[in-house]
Amino acid sequence: MAFKHSYFHAVFWQRFKRNQLAMAGACVVAALFLISLLAQVIAPYEPNSINAWQVLSPPSWQHWFGTDELGRDVLSRVIFGARISLKVGFVAVGIAVSIGTVVGLISGYYSGVVDAVMMRFVDIMLCFPAFFLILAVITVREPSIWNIMIVIGLTGWMGVARLVRAETLSIREMDYILAARCIGCSDARIIFRHILPNAISPVLVSASLGVAGAILTESALSFLGIGVLPPTPSWGNILTSGKDYIEFAWWLSLFPGLSILLTVLAYNLLGEGIRDALDPRVKR
Amino acid sequence: MASYLIKRILMLFPLMLGITLITFTVIHLAPGEPVEMQMAMNPKVGKDARERLRKFYGLDKPLSEQYVTWVGKLVRLDLGRSFSPDNRPVLDKIRERLPVTLSLNIIALLLEFGLAIPIGIMAATHRDTWLDKGITVFVFVGFAVPTFWLALLLMYLFGVKLNWLPISGLHSLGSDNFGVLHYLWDLAKHLVMPIMVASFGSLAGLSRYMRSSMLNVIGQDYITTARAKGLSERTVIYKHALRNALLPLITLLGFSIPGLIGGSVIFETIFAIPGMGQLFYQGAMSRDYPVVMGILVIGALLTLVGNLVADVTYALADPRIRQGG
Repeated sequence: MAFKHSYFHAVFWQRFKRNQLAMAGACVVAALFLISLLAQVIAPYEPNSINAWQVLSPPSWQHWFGTDELGRDVLSRVIFGARISLKVGFVAVGIAVSIGTVVGLISGYYSGVVDAVMMRFVDIMLCFPAFFLILAVITVREPSIWNIMIVIGLTGWMGVARLVRAETLSIREMDYILAARCIGCSDARIIFRHILPNAISPVLVSASLGVAGAILTESALSFLGIGVLPPTPSWGNILTSGKDYIEFAWWLSLFPGLSILLTVLAYNLLGEGIRDALDPRVKR
Repeated sequence: MASYLIKRILMLFPLMLGITLITFTVIHLAPGEPVEMQMAMNPKVGKDARERLRKFYGLDKPLSEQYVTWVGKLVRLDLGRSFSPDNRPVLDKIRERLPVTLSLNIIALLLEFGLAIPIGIMAATHRDTWLDKGITVFVFVGFAVPTFWLALLLMYLFGVKLNWLPISGLHSLGSDNFGVLHYLWDLAKHLVMPIMVASFGSLAGLSRYMRSSMLNVIGQDYITTARAKGLSERTVIYKHALRNALLPLITLLGFSIPGLIGGSVIFETIFAIPGMGQLFYQGAMSRDYPVVMGILVIGALLTLVGNLVADVTYALADPRIRQGG
């Protein structure tokens, strides 16, 4: 078993390495991790320190990304904003993947009535326009970073559930599952010990794409003023002032937007790269 | 086909019930009650008035009873009255907004499909050339661009720098006095940016989808046969391959129905377009629960029906599914 695993990983890594775009995505993601980890050290200024003498000043050597309407350094705010994006992306996707995986495993393993009921619930959830649902829940409760992460997670698990269910359905028929059943393994042990590890790789793809989606949703919510609330910097809420001062300060809109674009692009490339590396049908 | 249709239609009812249950639950997750919003604004409201208001909105009854009343009214297409000061029926508000969102999104949808299909075909027929790679880059960037940021950039470029296009609303001031042509020209100018933003995001996804669908079809045996018997590449692609490559797009058309009706909160808010998305956003921000519940439930129900229509159309268009189901 150990041999098989390491062999699988080696082949996966070899295929992934050859995909330049995916590697670029992985590097950007790694860089973002470093930036958010070291935000304190890298950021040239305090993200919230106000400077009344340098309000809305354009990019210069002192302030590479310019300053905002309160004279705060935009570069520092963008660096600290990376933290929020990373946190939202991972926690929201963590929630979505956990729910989706458990629902998919149970649905696929037991089939019958349990499966039918769960899958109809998935169908129902998919009928709601996701952004509307998220907006409704967040405004009904309080806008806060935790609520955002939870709500994005709770509205994003359906795809994973369908994926894991499909995998489970085919794995369930394998001989080694029959063998496990013969030696008296409990259902829980079969599901989590034998099926889960074999069903999880396609989830990696949805997780990577999901982080990208969650970051976009968070920035949109923050932009609308119901996400991460100021003064905490997030890419979305920097863009809110970007909109207010669009006639005088293009830099307020350009840099946070580019950060979102680059980050989302990186996660998407990473996800596609993992998909291609996992799929034996993709040649090269 | 008939039995498939009946099965699908019968399945609608439990799903609809589920939709109403979820909508109701979501709204009643609220920590306070909607009347408390109105109370908080006005310290003069006493306990009596509060009770009267609660009774007026039926909030004094148990939740299960409220749910049954709400669904009962919903069946008769009565979505209740808005909590906002104008207190108008929600259905009237929706009726007023729907044409704006609907027409804007239909134009955007036509544009998306009109551009995405040729782009997808080009990428597929020129596979692995610089053209295909260029399109792939465009698609990935398209996926990653936040629509509200794109809207900001366009506003800066066309509205502020070049001063070609107006940046908000649907009409200029005093447009009521314009002649017909001038009025339409004014409207068109207001619509350019919203439509660009509305179609850009889905354009990327659609053309990617079209590309893989086309590649899938080109790999089939009957295409090899068509080529082998000496048909021109043009005929092979546009006559034989295209028809089958377009099939999966029917499903996507079904998926775009909620967007057609719900519109987009983001670009309607940015461009100040009085559509459904803006109505929903304003409703959510002021905790106007009947409006929020109404739009959520109608959006979800129409999506359900839209998916059914898409599936049935697909079955009609593809005999393999018709006979299998």
